[in-house]
Amino acid sequence: MADTLYDKLWQDHLVSERDDGSALIYIDRHIIHEVTSPQAFEGLRMAGRKPWRISANIATPDHNVPTTERSAGVDAIVDPVSRLQVQTLDENCDEFGILEFKMNDQRQGIVHVISPEQGATLPGMTIVCGDSHTSTHGAFAALAQGIGTSEVEHVLATQCLIQRKMKNMLIRIDGELQIGVGAKDVVLAIIGKIGTAGGTGFAMEFAGSAIRGLSMEGRMTICNMAIEAGARTGLVAVDDTTIDYVKGRPFAPTGELWEQAEQNWRQLVTDEGAHFDEIVEIPAESIAPQVSWGVSPEMVLPIDAELPDPAMQTDPVVTEGYKRAMEYMDFKPGMKITDIKVDRVFIGSCTNSRIEDLRAAATLIKGKQVSNSVKQALVVPGSGLVKQQAEKEGLDQIFVDAGFEWRNPGCSMCLAMNADKLGDGEHSASTSNRNFEGRQGHGGRTHLVGPEMAAAAAIEGHFVDVRTWY
Amino acid sequence: MKKFIQLNGLVAPMDQSNVDTDQIIPKQFLKSIKRSGFGPNLFDAWRYLDEGEPGMDNSSRPLNPDFVLNKPEFKGVSIMLARQNFGCGSSREHAPWALEDFGFQALIAPSYADIFYNNCFKNGILPVILSEEIVDRLFQEQKASEGYSLDINLETQLVTTPSGEQFSFEVDDFRKHCLLNGLDDIGITLQDETVIHSYEQQRKKEKAWLFADLKA
Repeated sequence: MADTLYDKLWQDHLVSERDDGSALIYIDRHIIHEVTSPQAFEGLRMAGRKPWRISANIATPDHNVPTTERSAGVDAIVDPVSRLQVQTLDENCDEFGILEFKMNDQRQGIVHVISPEQGATLPGMTIVCGDSHTSTHGAFAALAQGIGTSEVEHVLATQCLIQRKMKNMLIRIDGELQIGVGAKDVVLAIIGKIGTAGGTGFAMEFAGSAIRGLSMEGRMTICNMAIEAGARTGLVAVDDTTIDYVKGRPFAPTGELWEQAEQNWRQLVTDEGAHFDEIVEIPAESIAPQVSWGVSPEMVLPIDAELPDPAMQTDPVVTEGYKRAMEYMDFKPGMKITDIKVDRVFIGSCTNSRIEDLRAAATLIKGKQVSNSVKQALVVPGSGLVKQQAEKEGLDQIFVDAGFEWRNPGCSMCLAMNADKLGDGEHSASTSNRNFEGRQGHGGRTHLVGPEMAAAAAIEGHFVDVRTWY
Repeated sequence: MKKFIQLNGLVAPMDQSNVDTDQIIPKQFLKSIKRSGFGPNLFDAWRYLDEGEPGMDNSSRPLNPDFVLNKPEFKGVSIMLARQNFGCGSSREHAPWALEDFGFQALIAPSYADIFYNNCFKNGILPVILSEEIVDRLFQEQKASEGYSLDINLETQLVTTPSGEQFSFEVDDFRKHCLLNGLDDIGITLQDETVIHSYEQQRKKEKAWLFADLKA
């Protein structure tokens, strides 16, 4: 029988099936951060339970950590509530013997950056984390999903999840992307087309020649935002790009074990003729650089577009949503996207903080200056190792010379749990993944873009069509 | 976990689609290491006129009089009527914790985001799914009558309106069983401990590379 990649991963992890259709799924890797784990560890302790398999877990603090100078350590985190949360993660990992890259470890960083970087993310795994952007790891043909805190506790205690099989969706992007259009634009265009609930209940596989042509970094950017299209899990099949990325990573297998693993991983592709419940196709050539204009990732448009008129929408629920968004963003229908001014620029987050993202942005701004009208432009590398690599290549100097701030790794302004945030009414050009009301700070107005578009907006002070810069 | 069997409760309308978990409980409140106490900050940015921070005395903050949950007629509310894709975005379980802490025991909407939907069942909240047409009618009925209440019965899987009209809803058997009996699903899974062990042993034999010891 012809199986999809998701069918294969599901089957391989099936521990048992119940008569009611629910199933126990084995979890190979569990990634832990400070925000969604304390209550789970507390639950374990209260029930007198121990983690099922310690070495399945890897942890790092990322959401709360300061990105400014922090050599004085965790005890010096100014916000006492943030400090307690990071300390609690350290204590829990120490108590149970879980591998943790602590705040000032060179390998610390955003959970979804460090795990692939270390080879803790491998093809064919099931991977979970108390964070919705765990879909990122699907770029490795791993069945990766975000879970809530109760499920974090469940996985710690049983190494399993109770689930039902999802449906299969295929997103095919064939053809060649335009110069200046990247993975972020592709995924924003997909969300714009199918909406934020378009993938609900589906495992979403990304395929087609444009996806095959992307690096692992680009594929991670796409799978990262599968959740913004409603899908808990995104997937890309294994090919040479996957194998080459994994080889030689610290926790990747070596020697004979590598040979065995590679042979197995090569089968992690959708079979010819496998059934998908839904197929969406977008020609690569049709995708322009994207900018989100509203308060949901589906409110997104190509750079050369004008803002929509809420009154012209056919669905009254959409009209209402657009009206609210226009009001929150302080926009009028018909305004050009290129006329949107930005107050702050953020290059970072689990979507776009990998070395390739930083290279793309740095190449574009080399020798230029951040516009006077921009109050702050931040570059926050995804991990200590990304930061180190960028510094080796001199990217930090390019950013600093242009007027950007070069920071330490963490989630930072993506969700503003630390000190990096937007002020009331400020607009950002942000390479993150969510433009919800207040996401980047109370009253803040987020515009989601790729790293090239964010860099260009920093230089010009408003959004520009980056295709004209090449 | 608290049981859910049947509920007759006051209904509050949340008349907009794609309500995300960042709105349900904003990020600054996720710094808590506890499971309780999130109720006063449910929908914080919509509910109060000032910017909320952890540790504030919420009772002295300026309320937004236009926000639905601040209206006196919704005091004691336990059912929220919502639109499509409710609970989208972040996986934060603090969202159902905040809803539960505020007093919500059930939700009715045409659809929910997957992770949020799942998180509700772990916290004794029943997220009922009814068709868009029916939800639309309930919104109209609610608007037309103050003190509008609904009866939700999980055993019979029926929602009953004040006029006696009934709508049936689907719910996964396992989740229903856990909710009706207030069961902790970790305990249930651990009944299969030997099955999990034997699966794990087999996997270790076939795919040893998955079991590398992660060492610092």
